[in-house]
Order: sequence, then C-alpha cells, then structure tokens
Amino acid sequence: MSRDDTTSTAVTVPDFALVVLIGASGSGKSTFARRHFRATEIISSDACRGIVADDENDQGATPDAFALLSAILDLRLKNRRLTVVDATNVRAEDRKRLVEIARRRHALSVAIVLDPGEEICRMRNASRPDRAFGPHVIRNQMAALRRGLRGLAREGFRQVHELRSEAEIAGVTLSRQRLWTDRRDEPGPFDIIGDVHGCADECGTLLERLGYAVARESRDGEPRYRVVPPPGRKAVFVGDIVDRGPRVADALRLVMDMVEDGHALCVMGNHEAKVEKWLGGRDVKVGHGLQASIDSLSAQSEAFRARARRFIGGLVSHVWLDAGRLAVAHAGIKAEMIGRASGAIRGFCLFGETTGEVDAFGLPVRLNWAAEYRGDTRVVYGHTPVTEAAWLNNTLCIDTGCVFGGRLTALRYPEMEIVAVPAAQVYAEPARPLGPAAGPGAEIASQAEADDLLDLSDVAGKRIVTTRLLPSVTIRDENNAAALEVMSRFAIDPKWLIYLPPTMSPCETAKEDGYLEHPREALDFYRREGVTQVVCEEKHMGSRALIVVCRDGDAARRRFGVAGGGLGAVYTRTGRAFFHDPQQQAEVLARTRAALDRSGLLADLDTDWVLLDAEIMPWSAKAQALIAGQYAPTAAAARIGLSAVADALRRAEARGAEIGDLKLHTAERLDRAKKFASVIRSYAWPVTRIDDLRIAPFHLLASEGRVHGDKPHSWHLGHLARLASADPLFRATATITVDPGNASEVEKAVAWWLDLTSGGGEGMVVKPADVIARGRRGITQPAVKCRGREYLRLIYGPDYDTPEHLARLRQRGLGAKRSLAFREFALGLEGLERFVAREPLRRVHECVFGVLALESEPVDPRL
Amino acid sequence: MFLSVATTHRPATDLGFLLHKNPHRTQDLDLGFGRAVMLYPEATEARCEFVLTLDIDPIALVRGSAGGEGLLDHYVNDRPYAASSFLSVAIGRCLGAAMGGRSKERPALAEAEIPLDVTVAPLPVRGRSDLVERLFAPLGYAVEVTRHPLDPERPDWGEAPYVTVRLRATARLADLLTHLTVLMPVLDDRKHYFVGEDEVEKLLARGEGWLPGHPERDLIVSRFLKRRGVLVRQALAQLAEAAEPEAILDPAAQEEREAGIEQPLRLHERRLDRVAQVIAESGAPGSGTQGSGVQGRGAEGAAKRVLDLGCGDGKLIARLIRDPAIAQVTGVEVSSAALARAERRAESLPEALRRKLVLLQGSLIYRDARLRGFDAAALVEVIEHVEPDRLPHLERALFGDARPATIVVTTPNRDYNVLFPSLPERQFRHPDHRFEWSRAEFGEWAERVAAEHGYAVQIESLGDIHPDFGAPSQMAVFSR
Repeated sequence: MSRDDTTSTAVTVPDFALVVLIGASGSGKSTFARRHFRATEIISSDACRGIVADDENDQGATPDAFALLSAILDLRLKNRRLTVVDATNVRAEDRKRLVEIARRRHALSVAIVLDPGEEICRMRNASRPDRAFGPHVIRNQMAALRRGLRGLAREGFRQVHELRSEAEIAGVTLSRQRLWTDRRDEPGPFDIIGDVHGCADECGTLLERLGYAVARESRDGEPRYRVVPPPGRKAVFVGDIVDRGPRVADALRLVMDMVEDGHALCVMGNHEAKVEKWLGGRDVKVGHGLQASIDSLSAQSEAFRARARRFIGGLVSHVWLDAGRLAVAHAGIKAEMIGRASGAIRGFCLFGETTGEVDAFGLPVRLNWAAEYRGDTRVVYGHTPVTEAAWLNNTLCIDTGCVFGGRLTALRYPEMEIVAVPAAQVYAEPARPLGPAAGPGAEIASQAEADDLLDLSDVAGKRIVTTRLLPSVTIRDENNAAALEVMSRFAIDPKWLIYLPPTMSPCETAKEDGYLEHPREALDFYRREGVTQVVCEEKHMGSRALIVVCRDGDAARRRFGVAGGGLGAVYTRTGRAFFHDPQQQAEVLARTRAALDRSGLLADLDTDWVLLDAEIMPWSAKAQALIAGQYAPTAAAARIGLSAVADALRRAEARGAEIGDLKLHTAERLDRAKKFASVIRSYAWPVTRIDDLRIAPFHLLASEGRVHGDKPHSWHLGHLARLASADPLFRATATITVDPGNASEVEKAVAWWLDLTSGGGEGMVVKPADVIARGRRGITQPAVKCRGREYLRLIYGPDYDTPEHLARLRQRGLGAKRSLAFREFALGLEGLERFVAREPLRRVHECVFGVLALESEPVDPRL
Repeated sequence: MFLSVATTHRPATDLGFLLHKNPHRTQDLDLGFGRAVMLYPEATEARCEFVLTLDIDPIALVRGSAGGEGLLDHYVNDRPYAASSFLSVAIGRCLGAAMGGRSKERPALAEAEIPLDVTVAPLPVRGRSDLVERLFAPLGYAVEVTRHPLDPERPDWGEAPYVTVRLRATARLADLLTHLTVLMPVLDDRKHYFVGEDEVEKLLARGEGWLPGHPERDLIVSRFLKRRGVLVRQALAQLAEAAEPEAILDPAAQEEREAGIEQPLRLHERRLDRVAQVIAESGAPGSGTQGSGVQGRGAEGAAKRVLDLGCGDGKLIARLIRDPAIAQVTGVEVSSAALARAERRAESLPEALRRKLVLLQGSLIYRDARLRGFDAAALVEVIEHVEPDRLPHLERALFGDARPATIVVTTPNRDYNVLFPSLPERQFRHPDHRFEWSRAEFGEWAERVAAEHGYAVQIESLGDIHPDFGAPSQMAVFSR
C-alpha cells in the first residue's frame, strides 16, 4: 500500500485512439483515467448508467447505459477524438463491440489492463457503501480478465499494456504520440511526384526541372544519391517506385536516399507491397511488371535488398500534410479515412475501391471514389494512369503513365502548378489503353462528367456557405426546400446556371411632396456611407436576363461541360429559361456572340466565354400574361367605373344637387388611372422577331479566369457600350457619375432622373463607383434603386401618390431587404469566383442554390 | 364601382322612401374598407335615379387594417374598381332595410312590383361570356350588356374582362337588390372575405324563392361558396330538398383541368390500379400472380421496398401500402405543399400501415443516396413534368445511381389527345407538362434508357385502346 516502491512505467498511446481500460471493480480504473486523461475524453459506464437511470449502480440500466456509451464513443471517434472507455471490460464480447466501433471509424484500439490483485479490489469495494455486491463478483471478473488476456491482440488491440500491481499502476507515466500518417506540422511547399515505376532517368529529369540538384556518388561501395532541393521544398512520392520500368533499383535508391536525407516523403504503393513480399522470401505470383524489379534488385547487393526491405516495411499508407489541407496516398483516400489508421485504410490507399468485377481487359473495375469525394482536404494520388492530370472534387490523379510512354508528372504545392516530363520511350504496354474512363461523357473532362449529376446532399438541409465577402451565409432548411422545388421544376441545366443576381433595395422613402422615392435619398445613402463617387445608371424597364455565351460549341463543351452544340443560355433571375422557344434563345445567343466578337471584346478579355447581366425589353415580351391578366384590366376597371361615376356626378350637379369635392376627386382619380394605363402601354410593344427586342447589358460579370467585380462600373459600361455599336439589338445604358457630397452634382442627378422618369421611365440604379465598395460598416450595399414617380403606379397602384396614401406607404422597413441584398450579392460573387477557379459544379451550384433559397425569404416584394 | 337604380313609377321620388335615402341629399358612409357615396343624379316625379359608388382604400386592402405588410396581395389589382363582393357588402350595409323589403313610409310600395332600371359597372365576368344573361334572364330581367376594350388606345389588346350591365324589370326592389348581392360575386368568382359555414346560411336565406329553381343553380352555389367542396355539397343538399329530392349532386368544382379532360375515362384511377398491380407482381421470386405476395413475405423474406417518385399527395401510396407483400413504401415529392398533403393523408392510416410509410422531400434530378437499394420504383405521370434538357439527369440519378430492380414509368400518349373533346389542338393536358410523347417517342426513349443502363423494358397501354390512336396513357416497365 505504501508508495515507496513505486516504479516508473512508460506507456505511450497514439494521440488518436480508442483506449479501453480493463480491470475488475475496484481495480482503480476511474482514478487512472482521471490522472492521465481529460475529463471529456473519458466515458464511464457508471456515468452512463447515471445519465439513463439516475443511479450509477443500477445494473438493470446496463444495456441502455452501454447503448449510450457506444453512441458517444462513435461520435467522438468520428470527430477524431481520443476516447477512453472506463468500464470493467473484462469479457471479450464487451470489448468486441468497442473495437468494432473503432475499426469502423478507423481508430487504433489500445488496451490498458489494471490488475492490482483481487484482495485490493475487494477491500476497495468494501469501503464503498454503494458497491454492495458479494466477493464472488470480483472473483469472477478477475477470472474472466485473466482468461482473456492472451487473446487481446487477436481481438484487434494494436497495443496491450498490462499493469500488474498497485505500484505499477501508480507509477505510470503516459505520453501520446502522433500517428505516423499525421504530418500536419509540415507545411511544405511540396513537389508531389507520380508513379515512377523504375523510370529513374525521367525522375531525375523531373527533379531537375523542379529545381532539385541531383548528384550520384559512391559510399562504402554502394552508389548514393545526393539531392539538394530548392530551399524549403520537399518531394512527396505517391508510391509505385518499383516494377515495370528499366531502372527499378536506381529509382528506389534515389527515393530512399532522399527520404533518408529528409528531402522527401514517400507513401506505399501496391507494387511496393508486392516487392516487399518477394524480398521477404514469400511466394508471390510474378505479374504486373514484378519481373523488372526481381531482375533489377537481384543484381544489387544483399545490403541494398535488406535496406529496401526495411524501407518499404516502414512506408505509411498516406501522409496528411500542411495543417490538414493536403493528403497524399497512392490510390487515393476517402475523406473519413484521412489521418487515421486501419486495415481498411491501408487497403484503400494501396488499391482503391473496386466493385469485385473485372473489365474487358481483365483488370478490376474501379469505383470512382473521387466522384463522390466531398472533403476539404486536397487529395493527390496516382495508381490509375490517366492521359491528363485533372482536378476532380478537390482530388488530383498525377499518374500520367510514364512507364507506358506517357509522362512523369509532379504537382507543385501550394502553387498548384503541374510540371511534367515525357517518357523517353515506352517501357511497358498497358493492359488497358490510357485515358479517361470510357463512357457517354468521354469527350468531356472528368470533372464535367462527374458534374453531370449533382448530389442532393450537396444542397439539401440547413447550410452555411463560406464566401469571400461574408464569412458565413446561413440558408435555412425551409428556404432550401423551396429552392429545391424551383430548381427541380423550372430551372435550366445547372451547368449554365453559374450565377443568380442579388435582389436590390430601394432608397429610403422621399421627403419631397408627391414622391415615394427620390434621387436625393439614394445619393444621401451613399454620402452617409462615405462613398465619394457613385454611378447613376438608367434602369431599363424590361425583364432581367443573365446571358452566358461561349465563342463556339467547343468552348461550351470545354468550359461548361455541355456537349450538343449549344452556345450558352439566357435565363431569368430565378434561373428559368428566358425564352420559351429554344430557337429564339439560339438566335439571341448567336447575335450576342457575334457582337462580342465584332466589338473585339472576346479578344480583349482573352476569353472564350462571358456572363452578362442585362435587361431585355419590352417588358411585355416576358410579362404579357401579367399585363393582360392584371395590369391592363385594373386600368380598364378604373376607367369604366370612374367614367360612370363622373357621368352621374355631372348629371347630379346639373340638377343642382350638392356634391362637394366629389367631382374634382373623381376627375383626379380618372386622370391617375389614365396615367397608369399610359405607363403600361409604354412598356409594351409587339414582338414578332428578335429585332423587336432590345437588350441592355449593364454588367460584365465574368469571363475566363476572372470575375470582374474588381473593376469599376465605368469599365463595365464602357466595355458593354461596344456591343451596342456592334449590333442595334443591344442598347447602351445611360449614366452619370456623381459625388453624393457635392450639392450641385446632386441637383444635376435629380434633374437627370426627373427627365428620365417623367415619361414613365423606370428610374435609376445608384451604385458606388466600384463594384465592391466599403462603407461605414464594412462592405456597403452594391446598389440602391430609385424608381420613377409614374413607374411606381405599377408597384403601388394607380392612386398611390395621393397625400393620404403616400403618408402610409412611406412607412416601410428596408432592413430585411438590404440584408438580403447583401447576402445574395456575396453568394453570387462567390459562385462566380468558384466557377472561374474551376471548382466542381456542386461548389458553384451551392451558391446559386443559396441565392434562390434566400429569395424565398418573406420580404415585401414591392421593395 | 358604380351601381345605379332608377324607377319610373310615379311619383318616382318615392324611391327615396324605399331606399331610406333622401333624394335631396348626398350622403357618404365610412365602411372601414372604403367609403360609400350615395346621391341622386335625377329626382323628378317621372324618373328618379339613385347611385351608389364605392371608394375602396387600396392601401388598407393590401396592408390590412392593422397596417402590417401583407406579402401576397398586390397593390395593382382591380378590387378597388370592379363590382364585387365589396359592392354586395356595401349594398347590405347602406341599403339593408330596402333589401329586407321594409319601408316605414311606403310599406305597400315596398311589396309592390315597380318598373326598375339598374346599371352596374364595371362588372367582372369570369367564364362564358353569356353568363350575365344566363344568370339574370331566368329571373325575369331584360339584360343589356355593354362590352369595353381593354385599352381604347391599343385595339390589338382585345376586350376587357368587365362589362357594363343594364337590367330592366318590373319587380320588387328588395328582390332586385338581393339578386344583385348574390349574383355579382358569382360573376366575379372571388370574395374579399373568408367563406365559412355562415355563408351557406346567408346563401340559403337570400336564395329563398328563386335559387332552388334557377337553371344555373349549381354554378351559383359553387361560386358563391368559393368552390369550397364541403360547403357546396352542404348547400346543394339543402337546396335539393327544397326542389328535387332525388337530385344527386357532385360539383367536382376543384377537379384539375387534366382530371377534367380525362375524367370521363376515370383514367387516373385505372392507371394507379395497374401500376400498383405491376409493382406487386414485380421481382418476387417465382411469383406471377398478384396474390402470391402474402406467402412470399414470410417464407422468402421477399417483402419489397418500393419507391413512389413524385408521389404527389399520395394516391398511389394508398394502394401500395395495403399490399402485404410490400414492407416499405417511400414517397418522394419535390413540392412541399403536396408533401404536406400526403403527410396529412397518412395520418388517417392505421398505425401498422403508417409505419410502412416514409415521406421525403427529394428531387429526381439530383443523385440521392437515400433512394438506393429499393426493389421497385414508380413514376406515375412524372417525367412529362421535367424539362427535356434535364431528363438526362433524371435518367442518370434513377437508372444509373438509385437502380431499383423494377422501374415503372407512365406518361400520357400524345397520339390520343385528338380524342379529348375539351382539349384544344396542340395543347398539353396539363399546363405544367413540358412535353407529351407519342407512342413512338416514348418507346424510343424507353429502349434507349434501358440499353444504356442495363435494363430490359416492356411497354404497355393504359386505358381503352383506340384502333388509330392507342390508349390514353402508356407505361414502360423496366427490370434488371
């Protein structure tokens, strides 16, 4: 009992593992756990009994308590948290459940056995009034424990620590060790190199291209490579250094020497696994190029072969690098496997995932794990030769089949630059021709093929989207449900739908008599925001249209993954096709493309495609149903009814009846009804062919490699005006530039607006000179609209501008609308940034979907 | 809105006693939702004309009296101007005594039939253009309808959906006003207030003596009660007692257009029955008949898991879920509204059946891991609601990813459309249909999809087969 004879026992456990404490009741497990682990790391069966039954000793609650314990364990391991299970765990069947959970979560299992002797356990229990069970219980537990001890390794425990006395238990110093695969503390930069397969010449050339100095010397009669990397850089080999190629031993030597000198990391390839077996003298079937390794290695010294065997034996399944941002594995790795350890991970990293079927070439049919990869960690891998290294869902295969006469490829990280050297010759014939997996989408890039089908789990449910302008935009479940409905039933192909425009808030209500909105308020908003230059743009009264157009069908296929010859799409602000007639759309796209070409815009922007934000007029082209069903009938009803009333008043007045101000009142209403009718008429003209339309583009949103949010509006309008010069189908947008703090400039803008709107013009949009502009509290509203007095009759009704109505209409809150406008703006630009960065479609779609979802938030539609 | 009532009964100015409104005064009355003005443009011994006009407050109409922002109503609508239920309410409030046939000064005149000349403008007319005549002429009115252009400056826009109506008859003033208050909202086919059960009593009271025998009775009842099925049935049952006890009435007022077109064939019922049968017979080892499932479940563990994709409000689910060979039915629907209806319907199922049902919001053009591993899937009248350029996504998600062993797809047969009397040429059966396929087009699609994804396919006609145009609907059964 005295602690004098305390001996020190060092116990080292992985920093991510399941730690199972095994010991009879009273063996000191809880004390041990508390001493060596954080409280949150420990799950005790007693505590779980307490949680489910208010009594830590209620044996009847044991099944429920273990269900809870298992659930907590599963979640903690899912989150890659070391977890200690404090229960007796003396029976193999109890441990089996725990080990199974750990295996499923790819966590190592560690057993720590506490056996201070039966006597001590009994004494401790006797001193605790809540442990009123007989001595046979301890005895049985001890017996079960000792029976099972030898089988622990077989049960799946990677480490077993036995502590056989009270002193030994008390004297433990416990330390934690990183998993071998966990190299997150290495930030790089790295040069990740694909499958070498004995191509030592190409490997040397590639290293030199990457800036490594490669020298070969001799030491103790053995050749030795001395490699000097560019400062700070390190090579990472994806495995399959051996087999097939001409100089297997040299290739292996080069890699081993670099690793030994700390200039490289290497993960295990399936061919290394095979060579290791051969080196170990085991019986292996010689195939898949193993003969080349056998020949090459047999010619080496015994010492070299021993070194190679040691080296391969020490290779890890994968490495996890750069604070978790990068993983390298031979055949790839699933997100839930990264930085963990299990037999399943080793198997996956070596061979990938196969269906168990064999294809026409006799090779296993591989499951395309990368198509379903959704992790944030970039995965770089090899194993499957492809003609071209192409990103797919944050993963990149860089095996470009050097040994088959392809190239040896490297990825410079974090530069993301691909560097490749061609093979000097064809060293081996591939069993299957190189290339992307054959299939209906074979002519499109692999990412585009994967993008053909979006996954519901990429958009459904509550989502938080991280954008460049706003750290998080939350999209609620119910809004997402509405978006799913609209997106599924009405939207165009998501491959074209790379952007949806944000909503726009009006200015504060006007103080001027007779006006609900007035330029002074719009300009004053930006003055208060501290913006010194704004652009006032004429607001066209048509229907909003996004036009995405490519130079040709080839560009559409290459850049948007859309085959079939379409040049692009024209769609509405809710993602629907603008034109019901595909022929009309094709014609508009062809005209747009031609105008872009003729105006030199495609060449100047060095692009094969552009996305334009525009207004297509007349309003009636798209809104005929609304005009015929709602607007014009309202005007007609007002005219018919008020005319009858006016006639009755005239007759009443003629006979001398007292009618007060009724006559004037009715005449004024009739006049407003006529103005209302005239506004409608001015936005409606018949369209029988494309030339009857007018397209007014006002924002050149994006082109190849660039989102043009960094250019001022003057740049956008200037470029787009060239379209109008090239084809009369397009209309330039009238603008003036104003300093909102300068009184005379403000008055000029007011006059300009009055002129624009007196004839029924919709009004103007006021934008800061820069697309993304800072205000008092960070980035300010991208635009504020100021609608014309006559136009607003269409929004608030023919009589809205009478003093008694205006007084009430002025009470409107803009906060919700402005917040919405800003969130949609951030999402829209984010989607475009992702698109030009060639991220997977689901990442772009997430933003577009988000804008649509936000649009279903209840905000006054008249704002 | 404008209502004028004139008489040539002498002395005509007695009209003032009937209406309880002095011909020498112009009056106005605040009705809350607006202002009523009453005046007499003419008041002589020979002819007296009373006018009621109504000025609706358009802001209160949208924002409500509380001043809150109503989100769905639009400021631009005809309610402030068109003769509607607002005018009916105004008549009741301003001329209540006259409507009740009460007059202190002229009680006999109130009971008498006098020459009356009435004008209403603008009166909205929804539906057949002769509806005004068909509603008022049977009640003894000479009807004169003046039509108006939608916009006099744009003759190409056609006619406005409003008319000016002039009615002349020798009648009791109270009857005339009652007819107007009932029939104006019927012509308009909208109401500004919630229609509840007391509306039935109101209709029965106001319709006393004339509604039971009116040739357009069913339409009047259905529209007056805003087509609320239960109320309509209740009202018609009571009216039937009054007039013709044997009448069995089925208003079917809320039937959709498509159902209306296909109705005579009871096509949808037959289609659902057949699909349920095909699903029941599919895949079960050694089964060839419908009844085999009962034994199959216990012995083979062959109970099926079935998907109803685009389940709507759950009509097929109701059939599938009662099949003992089916262990689980998962209904998937993209429309939250339809899904909510399906959930409500499911609540009335017995507990044991409800446990077999899973309802999910989902979309057929996204890959969805939840839909993998099913034995059979039904898509009844679903694909024609998908844009043609997104159909490939549905194919890949369903045939390529979800891959149920059996897939049943039904869609209309366009060839048959010429046989529907009420379907205009070149139009689809449902406004949301994005395409309707001929038999050849459907066959071609089914063969291609089956070949691309490793299914075998058989096509079957649904409904009675016409020698030239085939059956109204068609079904493809895919299996692998």
